Amino acid sequence: MSEPLKFHFPVSGGDFTSAGKASVQVKKLLRQLGISPDAIRRVAIAMYEGEINMVIHANGGSADLEIYPDYIKIILADTGPGIPNIDLAMQEGFSTAPDNIRSLGFGAGMGLPNMKRYTDDMKIDTEVGVGTTVTMRVNIA
Amino acid sequence: MQLTKIIEAMELEVLTSVTEDREVLGGYTGDLLSWVMGRAESEMLWITIMTNVNILAVASLRDLPAVLIAEAAELDEAVIAKAKEQEITLLRSPKSAYALCVELGKLLA
Repeated sequence: MSEPLKFHFPVSGGDFTSAGKASVQVKKLLRQLGISPDAIRRVAIAMYEGEINMVIHANGGSADLEIYPDYIKIILADTGPGIPNIDLAMQEGFSTAPDNIRSLGFGAGMGLPNMKRYTDDMKIDTEVGVGTTVTMRVNIA
Repeated sequence: MQLTKIIEAMELEVLTSVTEDREVLGGYTGDLLSWVMGRAESEMLWITIMTNVNILAVASLRDLPAVLIAEAAELDEAVIAKAKEQEITLLRSPKSAYALCVELGKLLA
C-alpha cells in the first residue's frame, strides 16, 4: 500500500489573529486534491476547533494531516495543561476558557463536541501537566 | 435570492465588495463562533455583532456567502482589509440582528 500524503502545520499559541490559518490552508489543499465538499467541511470544522483549543488552552501545538485513499487522519498535539476530566470537557456548553477569550466569541463549550460530531472517530490522549493529543478520522470513501 | 438583490432590498452597507453574487437560501444568527461553525450552512447569510478577525476564519471555513454585521458595530480597518484579501463579503446595517432576521425571512419567504 502506498504511503499517505502527509502535511504538518505548527499552531502558535495565544495568537488569535492568525488562529484558523492552518484550517484554511488545509481546506484549500483538500479542494485541490479533489476531496468531496462534505469531507472538506468536516475536516475544516474539526481542525479549526482543535486549533482554537490549542491556542486558548495549550499555548499552541501542532496539527498533522494524513491523507489515505479512504480516510483523512488529523492529529492535533500539544504540550499544554492536559484535560483533567474528559467527560466534562465533552459536554456541550462546558468551557474553562477565560472571560477575555469569551469576549472574542470563543468559549462556547462546543469545541470538542463539534470535533466529535463532525468526524467518524475521535480519540483523546491526555495527561494533566504533560499535554493532549487528539486523533480524528474523517472517512472520504 | 441572489446576494446583491438582498443587499439592495435591505439597504445594506457593503464594507468590502461582492466578489461572487452567491445565492442565499437562509440565514443564521449568533455570536459564539463554535455554534456558527457547527450549525450554519453554506448558503446562509450570517448575522452577528461580533467584529473581531476570527469571524473571517469561520466565514471562510463554512463558505458563507457573506457576514452581516448588525447594530452598526464598529470594525477595525485591519479586519476589513483581511476580508478583502480573503474575498469575504462583509456587510453592515444599523438594525438589530432580530430586525435583520425578520427582514431577510420576509424576502426569502
